[in-house]
This record gives sequence, C-alpha cells and structure tokens, in this order.
Amino acid sequence: MNIFTKLFYMFRRSWKALRLFLILSGPGLVVMIADNDAGGITTYAATGAKYGYNFIWFLIALVPVAYFVQEMTVRLGAVTKRGHAEAIFENFGAFWGWFSLIDLVFCDWLTLITEFIGMTAAMGIFGVPPWLTILGVIGIMGFMVLNGRYWTWEKITMGFCLLNLIYIPAAFWVRPDTSAVLAGVIPNLPGGKFDNQLFFFLMANIGTTIAPWMIFFQQSAVVDKGMTEKDIPFGKFDTLLGSILTVVVAAFIIIVVGTVLPGMEIDDAAQASKMLMGTHGYAGTFMAIGLFDAGLLGAICISLASSWALGEIFGWAHSLNNKIKEAPWFYAAYFLALVTAGGVVLIPGAPLVLITLFVQVVAVTLLPAALVFLILLLNDEKTMGAYKNTLFENIVNIGIVSVIVVLSSLYAASALFPSLFG
Amino acid sequence: MFKNFMRKHFRKINEINEKYATPSLVMSRPVKVCLLLLRCYLLLLVGLLLYKFITVLTA
Repeated sequence: MNIFTKLFYMFRRSWKALRLFLILSGPGLVVMIADNDAGGITTYAATGAKYGYNFIWFLIALVPVAYFVQEMTVRLGAVTKRGHAEAIFENFGAFWGWFSLIDLVFCDWLTLITEFIGMTAAMGIFGVPPWLTILGVIGIMGFMVLNGRYWTWEKITMGFCLLNLIYIPAAFWVRPDTSAVLAGVIPNLPGGKFDNQLFFFLMANIGTTIAPWMIFFQQSAVVDKGMTEKDIPFGKFDTLLGSILTVVVAAFIIIVVGTVLPGMEIDDAAQASKMLMGTHGYAGTFMAIGLFDAGLLGAICISLASSWALGEIFGWAHSLNNKIKEAPWFYAAYFLALVTAGGVVLIPGAPLVLITLFVQVVAVTLLPAALVFLILLLNDEKTMGAYKNTLFENIVNIGIVSVIVVLSSLYAASALFPSLFG
Repeated sequence: MFKNFMRKHFRKINEINEKYATPSLVMSRPVKVCLLLLRCYLLLLVGLLLYKFITVLTA
C-alpha cells in the first residue's frame, strides 16, 4: 500500500468518525453551553469587574469538574435508557424519588423565572417591552418543540449555542492587554489576598458550573436521542468539548468586563451591557444579545428537564419525537412552566431579587442528593456492568462532589445570611 | 371534571408509590451511610431555612 492510499484511508476513517460525531453530538454541548445561563453571565460579569483577568485560571480549572460530573450522566443514560428521575425512583425508592422530583420541578421553575428576568432585561436595553419578550420566547420555544422531532429541536438549540460565542468578538472589540490576559491564565491569588469576598466569588463561580437541572437534563437527552453503549465515547467527547466551550465563553465575558469596567460594582449582566454601551457600543450590544441568548438556552433546557422527569415518573409519553397529540401531558407541563414563570416576571412589584437568591438555596437542597445518587448508581455493577466507575473515576468524582457540596452549601448559607462572609 | 382529574392523579401517585416501594439498589453499608448523611444534611438545611424564616418574621 503506497503512502497516498494510506492517507486516503486515514482521511476516510477520520471523515466517517467526524460525521458520526456530528450526528451523535448534542446533549453534552447543549447542556454545557446552556450552563452559562442568565445567572451565570451575571456571575462572570461581576467576577470580571471585581478581579479583572485574574480569575481566568480558576475557570479553566473548572473544565474537569464539569466534565467528570456530566460524563457520568452520559454513561448512566446510555446504559440504563432511563432518565435520572426514574433512576432515583427505581434504585432509591419512592421517598427519595418524590423528594428529587418535587425539588427539581420547583427549583427549575424558580430558575426559569431568573432566565426570564435576564431575557427581559437584555431586550429592555433595545426598547423591547417585557411582555413582548416573554411572548416571543414562548413562541420560539413552542415552535422548537412542536415540530415533533428531537433532531430538529437539537439542531435549532445548537444554533443558539453558536450565538453564545458572541462574547469572543466582543472581547476582541475592546482590545484587551494580551500579556495581562495570558498572566491571568497562570494560577494566582486574585486581589492579592484570600478574604471573604474572594471566597464568595469562588463559591459563586463553582455554583454556576454544576446545577441540578444539568444532571437530569443531560441524562434524559441522552435517552431521548436514543444513544446506546457504543455511543458513549462520542457522548464523552461531546461533553468534554461542551465543558471547554463553556469555560471559553465565561473567560471571554471576564475579559470584556475586566477590560472595560475594572473595579466597578456589577449587580447584573444587563447593567454591565448598558455600561459597556457607553464606551464600546458594539461590545455592549453583543453582551446584551449574549445575555438574551444565555437566558433562552437556559430556559430551553430547564423547562425540558422538568417535563422529561415528570413524564418518566407519571408514565406519560415524554419524547420530543412525539407529536403534541401523542404526548399532551409532556407538552402541557413544558408550556405551563414557561407561561407561569414568564407571568411572574410581569407581575408588578414581584420579589424578583428574593427569587434570584432563593434559587441558590433551593438548588443546594437538591444538588448534593443528585450527585450522591449519581455516584452510587455508577458504582452498581448489576446496572452498569463494564461501564461502572473505575477506581480513578471514583477518586476524582468523590473529590469533586465533596468540594461542590461543601462550597455550594456555604454559598447558599451566604445567600441566607449575607453577613456570614463579610 | 376537576374532581375526576384529582382522583385519577391521586390513584396514579399511589400506583407510583407501590411500583417503587422497594429500592432495587442493594442497600449495602456504604449506601446506607450515604443516605443517612444526606438525610442529616437536608435536616440541617431545613433547620437553617426555618431559622431564617423565623428571624425575618420576628425582625
């Protein structure tokens, strides 16, 4: 076989693998990019303003944290063909099942409200009234699911994921100091000293990396997509690519805000967008578009995570491949969550700040349980067979889960008692 | 109509409780310890929430 024939076969094999990956990719990329939701964008904007580029290395360190947790859902979904809610009911009984399901639906609904807050604030910058934004979002999300195909839904969502990369050109627009950005990639102590405020920002950034809905969403998406054991390597790569992209986006938000608004107090991402518009019109506009897109991606995934979980437990048809007539309860749950969450934002004088803080506390009641169940299930040889956790995976995952549980609990405590960390 | 809806769904909840009455995961010692720790953790969180609620009400 001559060199050209070898090269041809190599190219053909790589092309085939790439095509297969493009077909199988989706759940990992979508869940990870949607992780940068409206709340996440605010956290990164506030971090960038407070500590400049010095937090970038910490975000890079969060890539394996997100990857190792989420790849477990790929294996569990592909092997058991069940969503996380159903897996908890079956393996841990009705008590833990109901606890997880009710907590998930409530937490998702509250988070959905925060996504609508972000989206209405972003569109408000362009003069769009909140009612129109909410109506438009419900319309877009309705169109996405009502065509009755998982594939179409996933590809439209991937389009929105692509739009999330808008922060990258925004960062080039503001012309950051490249050497200072590169210095931020090297581990350092942001602010020069370890104080309560730095601890709070560390907790907030970890808190935005893993949320309960992500575990339920990705496992259900893997099942709805019909992935099997042989697709696990592609699912893992999809998740790894997603976790890298989510950190890239977060880092670029920090670069944009850290360059233009250093030392400013940022309460929300919409405020940062407005401030950016004052000096760098396009960067501010990109930031606002990105905030809307982040809220939309979050809303898309969060509302589906609840509907899938309810469908699994109540035995309703619960696939995006079902038409509305075939799965009426599944779509009813989806739209009910959207309409009520959007409605809350429109109530004059609704306690939106309180809701935003309360989300963190409710999420912390579910996150440790969901993570512990995940590790226990991944260690069950009867269920997982050859795909159970290895010793290395267990060491890494137990370490990550312990850190997440401790820090997210402290974060929730700081939301309940703001004076706790100064 | 509402009554029928509620009756149907309460029946469904009972069915779910019966279906998942026995956990299928083997309740080994590590699993039991994990679940016990989770219960304690949740009790602590509920306690903190209640404390916060009371302090807000009495403030």
